[in-house]
Amino acid sequence: MNELTIRRNKAGQNIKETRRKKMNRRTKTVILTVLIAAVIVSALLAGLLISDEAVAIDFANAKQKPSFEHPFGTDWMGRDLFARTMKGLSISITVGVVASAISAVAAVLIGIAAATGSKALDSFVNWLIDLVMGVPHLVLIILISFSCGRGLKGLLIGIAVTHWTSLARLIRAEVLQLRSEQYIAVSRKLGKSNRWILVKHILPHMIPQFVVGLILMFPHAILHEASVSFLGYGLPPEQPAIGIILSESMKYLSSGMWWLAFFPGLTLVLIVILLDHLGDNLKMLIDPYSAQE
Amino acid sequence: MTAKRIISVFFRYLVRVITLLFAVSVIAFILVSLSPVDPVQQYVLSVGSVSPEQRAELEDYWGVNDPPVERFGNWFRAIIHGDFGTSLLYRRPVIDVIREKFVNTLALMGCTWIFSGLIGFGLGCVMGANKNKLADRILKKICLLLCSVPTFWLGLLLLLIFSVWLGWFPIGFSTPIGVLNSEVTIWQQLHHLVLPALALSLMSFANVALHTRQKLIDVLESDYVLFAKARGESRREIMRRHGFRNIIMPAITLQFASFAELFGGSVLAENVFSYPGLGSAVSAAGLNSDVPLLLGITLFSALFVFTGNMIANLLYGAIDPQIKESYANE
Repeated sequence: MNELTIRRNKAGQNIKETRRKKMNRRTKTVILTVLIAAVIVSALLAGLLISDEAVAIDFANAKQKPSFEHPFGTDWMGRDLFARTMKGLSISITVGVVASAISAVAAVLIGIAAATGSKALDSFVNWLIDLVMGVPHLVLIILISFSCGRGLKGLLIGIAVTHWTSLARLIRAEVLQLRSEQYIAVSRKLGKSNRWILVKHILPHMIPQFVVGLILMFPHAILHEASVSFLGYGLPPEQPAIGIILSESMKYLSSGMWWLAFFPGLTLVLIVILLDHLGDNLKMLIDPYSAQE
Repeated sequence: MTAKRIISVFFRYLVRVITLLFAVSVIAFILVSLSPVDPVQQYVLSVGSVSPEQRAELEDYWGVNDPPVERFGNWFRAIIHGDFGTSLLYRRPVIDVIREKFVNTLALMGCTWIFSGLIGFGLGCVMGANKNKLADRILKKICLLLCSVPTFWLGLLLLLIFSVWLGWFPIGFSTPIGVLNSEVTIWQQLHHLVLPALALSLMSFANVALHTRQKLIDVLESDYVLFAKARGESRREIMRRHGFRNIIMPAITLQFASFAELFGGSVLAENVFSYPGLGSAVSAAGLNSDVPLLLGITLFSALFVFTGNMIANLLYGAIDPQIKESYANE
């Protein structure tokens, strides 16, 4: 009797566990999406709403350690680091969104063009990808930023130019595989035009790839934005992008003001990790084979 | 037969590299000439007072007003002859600056390359052999975490911990300040190299580790390993006979193919640690509008990356029979 109930309990638990595991990835993705949306919206809102007074210079409160009043502390001019970080994040996120959107759209177009166009076009695209991959990305962004006179424009173009390659390769391979599918051959025999096939059969297949590629590209774009503005390119120093805050903090490291470098970087890393997780989960949902990797 | 094939692959790749390098130089030249920064103005600013006549002469001498194609032709001809111009920032021929800085960068990148390769391969093996056990899960989390951390932030944290708080390592530069270059010992240089190399290695080993883990899992799940187990080989024997042999070459190839990321990472690390290498030179060149140096380093970095890729391709071709065959069929 006793044994029986225990066994039943165990079985019941087992069923529950497997059911929870099945739900897990989907629920996790939904939760992550909501979380990221909340973080991004709040960062963007903070960037808009935090007035310049909150980051105004206030020497009376300079060099304060993190406290309840200033959660991230204040810098050598008394500016509240939390407000600055939020503003910086909103800039980084905007740059990341715009640059990776441009890059992902370009990747889809180039990838499809390479797979459906002539052989010369295909080998040209491959050559172009080799070219972009051949110059270290940071050097290329520095060069592009230099040619645009070191502004937001150069930063956006630079990041967009360096990020499309891997997604374009993926999409090219995918389209090449799709082209040999039976239903494409059938609809061609039925007399459908190339354009019709492209729009009705190929593009819909590219949407999941596009979304996943975009989301996985996004954290990279943010990291690159931070690195490039850390080096002093991109945004002017008055705008508190995360990279600029961090590069300013370097001068004060030796005086022991660790919070200047620690917190802004940590927020950046958290956002990047969240986005990476979201992208990976989405990829596994869309392409179950990759979940085994 | 195989040697002949490798040579032909090598030459085909060489042609590709040359066209790519040419394209890089064209694009870099176009980008630099699009810049709103006026090189003559920069030069004048850096020299001091220059009369309008001297300025006009300078413009004439530099050929600023020539058509772009002609300018490119002149520049390219000079580069073929090894003349990259004079750096405005360092007041020396660019090729000398690159040579001097590259020694420093090579020391940094070489240490990182070996260190991250060894650590990455070792950890990858540990992870792959203990698939889905606690050690694997923890190490995998760490690797994925390190992928999302920006290099320069990690560098800043290392500086904070080891230089500012513990005082174990100096804050920057490749040699102690106030000591003549000729009197710097190798130990002092190594002492200055540790932190930048550590930061860079931490950034780059995750890639190799995750790749090696995947490869090893594939190998260990294969039928021939199952058969080896059935024959009674121990875990260690399986690792030695089947594991390592199958995964070491892909890992080495991957390391050679990662030169671009290594270079990009060293740009950041050198800036954080004020390490006088090519990376800090290229960002200084861009910020101070030192066009000849910027172009020179761009070309040099492209050459560096293509060399790495070429070695990776050749290794692949020499080792993997499937790829060898596809070369033969081409």
